[in-house]
Amino acid sequence: MKILVPVKRVIDYNVKPRVKMDGTGVDLTNVKMSMNPFDEIAVEEAIRLKEKGIATEIVAVSIGEQKAQETLRTALAMGADRAILVVSETEVEPLGVAKILQKIVEEEAPGLVILGKQAIDDDSNQTGQMLAALTGRPQGTFASAVVVEGDSVKVTREVDGGLETVSLKTPAIVTTDLRLNEPRYASLPNIMKAKSKPLAQKTPADYGVDVTPRLKTVKVSEPPKRSAGIKVADVDELVAKLKAMGVAA
Amino acid sequence: MTSLVWVEHDTGAIKDATLSAVTAAAALGEVHVLVAGSGVGDVAAAAAQIAGVTKALSADDAAFDHVLPENVAPLIAGLMANYDAFVAPATANGKNIAPRVAALLDVMQISEILSVESADTFTRPTYAGNAIATVQSSDAKKVITVRGTAFEKAAREGGSGTVEAASGAGDAGLSSFVGAEISKSERPELTSAKIIVSGGRALQNSENFHSVIEPLADKLGAAVGASRAAVDAGYVPNDYQVGQTGKIVAPEVYIAIGISGAIQHLAGMKDSKTIIAINKDEDAPIFQVADIGLVGDLFKIVPELTGKL
Ligand SMILES: Cc1cc2nc3c(=O)[nH]c(=O)nc-3n(C[C@H](O)[C@H](O)[C@H](O)COP(=O)(O)OP(=O)(O)OC[C@H]3O[C@@H](n4cnc5c(N)ncnc54)[C@H](O)[C@@H]3O)c2cc1C
Ligand SMILES: Cc1cc2nc3c(=O)[nH]c(=O)nc-3n(C[C@H](O)[C@H](O)[C@H](O)COP(=O)(O)OP(=O)(O)OC[C@H]3O[C@@H](n4cnc5c(N)ncnc54)[C@H](O)[C@@H]3O)c2cc1C
Repeated sequence: MKILVPVKRVIDYNVKPRVKMDGTGVDLTNVKMSMNPFDEIAVEEAIRLKEKGIATEIVAVSIGEQKAQETLRTALAMGADRAILVVSETEVEPLGVAKILQKIVEEEAPGLVILGKQAIDDDSNQTGQMLAALTGRPQGTFASAVVVEGDSVKVTREVDGGLETVSLKTPAIVTTDLRLNEPRYASLPNIMKAKSKPLAQKTPADYGVDVTPRLKTVKVSEPPKRSAGIKVADVDELVAKLKAMGVAA
Repeated sequence: MTSLVWVEHDTGAIKDATLSAVTAAAALGEVHVLVAGSGVGDVAAAAAQIAGVTKALSADDAAFDHVLPENVAPLIAGLMANYDAFVAPATANGKNIAPRVAALLDVMQISEILSVESADTFTRPTYAGNAIATVQSSDAKKVITVRGTAFEKAAREGGSGTVEAASGAGDAGLSSFVGAEISKSERPELTSAKIIVSGGRALQNSENFHSVIEPLADKLGAAVGASRAAVDAGYVPNDYQVGQTGKIVAPEVYIAIGISGAIQHLAGMKDSKTIIAINKDEDAPIFQVADIGLVGDLFKIVPELTGKL
């Protein structure tokens, strides 16, 4: 089966985001950008399914600015076979992303679409579920294990109380949680090889999708700052503090 | 404006996160709630008693057990013909079903709201809580998930809503529930605990985690949390993880032990009322947010602390 893996270019997770002075957003100029960590896990899972002989082809797709090509090249270097970039220089919301992905799913007919559970910039946690709704497919979100069995897939999910397993009819949508796998690093030869793998360029209009945002960002501000408090010298002082707070008797 | 709030419940009890969602919905107008699953009559009756609720819909059907989104989302999308907003707690289940409802309604969801500014404007955290966005929705209907720590819990008593039966298409035949491994613990639940004792990578292994962190938690009647590093290393199960991609908590007191204070961890606990940090590195970033810090070796400090309480 074919696997589709949507990957998003986001601020690197090691960078501390800074809100712009004018309150219009987060300052991304000269900031290191990387593949969303959950999407690396998604690419890795697809590659493992291919190595097991379950997947036949892996198609990576990104919706975003031209620079998202770098993110797609990373996916290709890890082991994806080809890539599609849907170019939009303006922001596309999860609903718009899901609508574009729906069209790509119709064209490519993948047996599985594996997405990240959330992108670490917008933290929406929506796109996979929305794609599942639009395509009428079952969804296994927050996956920590994915086992393909004939025409179904068993997904173990990280839920509030622990773990839960569901069985989904394929084709299905899966979103990754942190402990699904540890993504590999691309080797230098594979990075070179990735440069010649096919990368198709499209636009939302090619898919007939209207990506006009439904949400307007009125302003972006910093959260209230916590200031550092005091340091106590020893356990006795800490115990005294806890008692004063009424936490300990 | 009338909202439909999805009620998260298990074995008869309504989860606290639902009560915060009711408070958020009440800021928008009238509140109805939906209770779905088999044999949910009593839960629906209890939900109708929540302060501010005027009607509880009871969808009594085994297809809605285990909150399979393939079955539950169409039920909700159908009911939404009569509502202006769908509101769900931002729990694992709420996050699973709400976007599916939103897409069925062709609505852009507003995730994890922190406040209701007006009928169409909300604040929500982005970038691991480092940037708070105020967003205005142009959709005719709203689909919203609510961060539990940002809203007071509505009182479980005081409402006098009516109970009405509701039904949907039932089993879509796309998915089935296989099983669950739910952690059993005598301790309070993380997201509603007053005190949390959290351990990090510094604990080194599962035995240390149990022998150092848990006695302190038990002394304080606290819930136990962990950093991702501690969970990844297998010291404790995944549902202990606090942070951007784990649980969001805001207890009265959060005690971080051997946790460095990465932004992804801070995102989950920095709204705690008092933060106490124990770390051997005096420059650890956790001290920048801690109200009370103690520098030193946790293997010495924590047992001593437990002993002196
Ligand atoms: C210039 C600019 C301006 C922006 N302005 C706004 C704004 O005003 N308001 C606002 O809400 N947001 C804005 N954003 C952020 C943008 O809207 C978010 O990227 C979008 O909302 C998706 O949210 P998410 O990534 O959190 O989705 P999630 O649902 O958290 O993403 C989950 C998964 O979906 C997949 N996915 C998501 N997006 C893509 C993509 N583009 N390509 C491929 N796969 C994808 C990935 O697998 C990802 O792991 C802006 C971004 C840019 C670059
Ligand atoms: C996409 C993504 C999502 C993430 N989501 C989360 C999340 O939700 N939650 C989360 O927690 N992390 C998350 N992380 C991971 C995060 O970046 C950090 O790696 C993690 O929080 C570190 O855990 P830690 O503080 O236990 O370990 P470390 O950073 O290794 O810190 C250990 C600390 O213990 C101290 N120490 C060591 N020995 C002792 C001793 N004997 N006595 C006292 N102190 C000692 C050290 O000084 C150090 O400060 C995420 C990362 C990514 C990429």
